[in-house]
Amino acid sequence: MSRTPTVGVLALQGDVREHFIALAAADAVASPVRRPEELDEVDALVIPGGESTTMSKLVGVFGLLEPLRERVRAGLPMYGTCAGMIMLADKVLDGRDDQETLGGIDMIVRRNAFGRQNDSFEAAVEVKGVEGGPVDGVFIRAPWVESVGASADVLAVHDGHTVAVRQGNVLATSFHPELTGDHRIHALFVDMARER
Amino acid sequence: MSSTSPSTPETASQHPETGTARVKRGMAEQLKGGVIMDVVTPEEAKIAEDAGAVAVMALERVPADIRKDGGVARMSDPDMIDGIINAVSIPVMAKSRIGHFVEAQVLQSLGVDYIDESEVLTPADEVNHSDKWAFTTPFVCGATNLGEALRRIAEGAAMIRSKGEAGTGNVVEAVRHLRQIKGEIGRLRSLDHNELFAAAKELRAPYELVKEVAELGKLPVVLFSAGGVATPADAALMRQLGAEGVFVGSGIFKSGDPAKRAAAIVKATTFYDDPKVIADASRDLGEAMVGINCDTLPESERYANRGW
Repeated sequence: MSRTPTVGVLALQGDVREHFIALAAADAVASPVRRPEELDEVDALVIPGGESTTMSKLVGVFGLLEPLRERVRAGLPMYGTCAGMIMLADKVLDGRDDQETLGGIDMIVRRNAFGRQNDSFEAAVEVKGVEGGPVDGVFIRAPWVESVGASADVLAVHDGHTVAVRQGNVLATSFHPELTGDHRIHALFVDMARER
Repeated sequence: MSSTSPSTPETASQHPETGTARVKRGMAEQLKGGVIMDVVTPEEAKIAEDAGAVAVMALERVPADIRKDGGVARMSDPDMIDGIINAVSIPVMAKSRIGHFVEAQVLQSLGVDYIDESEVLTPADEVNHSDKWAFTTPFVCGATNLGEALRRIAEGAAMIRSKGEAGTGNVVEAVRHLRQIKGEIGRLRSLDHNELFAAAKELRAPYELVKEVAELGKLPVVLFSAGGVATPADAALMRQLGAEGVFVGSGIFKSGDPAKRAAAIVKATTFYDDPKVIADASRDLGEAMVGINCDTLPESERYANRGW
């Protein structure tokens, strides 16, 4: 593994640009992924924030669903924020009936659990494994984790709800570190990519 | 929070805060690369969601019908907006008249996810737009040039769309307005910092915002394109010209096969730089909306002139 990992960002829809900036700040090379073959060139993958129903539809339409599932199973490090967290959940509540996910974390995620846009909020969140005080949690129509399996590690809780989880090489947060200037969680993920 | 500062948002506090500039602008960031579709019924909203829309705009009549019917166009019936909110799980936007802050208050109370203070409806105030900082719900506003975009941002808009000419099915004005905004941003980039004060005066926009745009090389909020997109290639054109996503109004549900056209425009918006994907998406879509030549539109019927 090279010291400067190449981290893909699934670039079908969502806040791709902000993840690029955060990854660059965390000493990774960011690279857009929209086609299956582009997955061969990355050491890790970010699933950005966006609209999860749209993203899951586009993943299907453009033939990425199975290749992405294969990568998750093969242990490619992945990090999902908000819609990305939903994509990495084994099971989703309040999604569309036909909503496909990649899976990767043994958890049940409830979509838009914190409410509609008027309920979107910012709050300080302590994240296990992130030193130097709480991160600025930006929650936008955010999901929460309803329950996690024994092999998943809860990294953060807000108001009694799990909002950050790691299982093996897969990391997920309900909130959007990419919308803040604080790149500590991206740095943690880039470390995961480096260690693989 | 009712911050009046348009500059970069502050650090999160221990206590949850709603309606911050960061969650308002951040919401629009989540829509990037996507298509926002005008819908007038819950059934259309479902078709839009099935096709992969990132959000829907709930309104009583699409702009093409507003043009045809004439009269005063107002905020939609709350029952109709509720019906659409209940029909889909994606974000729902709705339009208020320019300067009609009570319509905006009503839309906020209904729980819409974004308010479009829109020139497509008949303006309620010919001098003032609504004070958008006063709301928890974020706003998107139209603009034909950079000064107009920055005035809207100064009033609290968390997202900008180039106006185009809604309800025409003709992309020419959308191209004109987006090129104008992008061109003016490019010019600001080339200015010496001494020149930014005079530039702000010319743009009739706050100096702080002008300086921020000159530094960033982009607006401090997301920029979509609207007003005249009717085909997958139109959507891809707007993205290649620098729009971060597109609004499609009459173009979908005034066409022969709305479900198919909607899905095709979504695909072309994602792969806007891949002509093969756009070609495939453009096949066998049935009739596009008929469209109107904008140079035959009388001044009084040009919606883009509304707002200042």
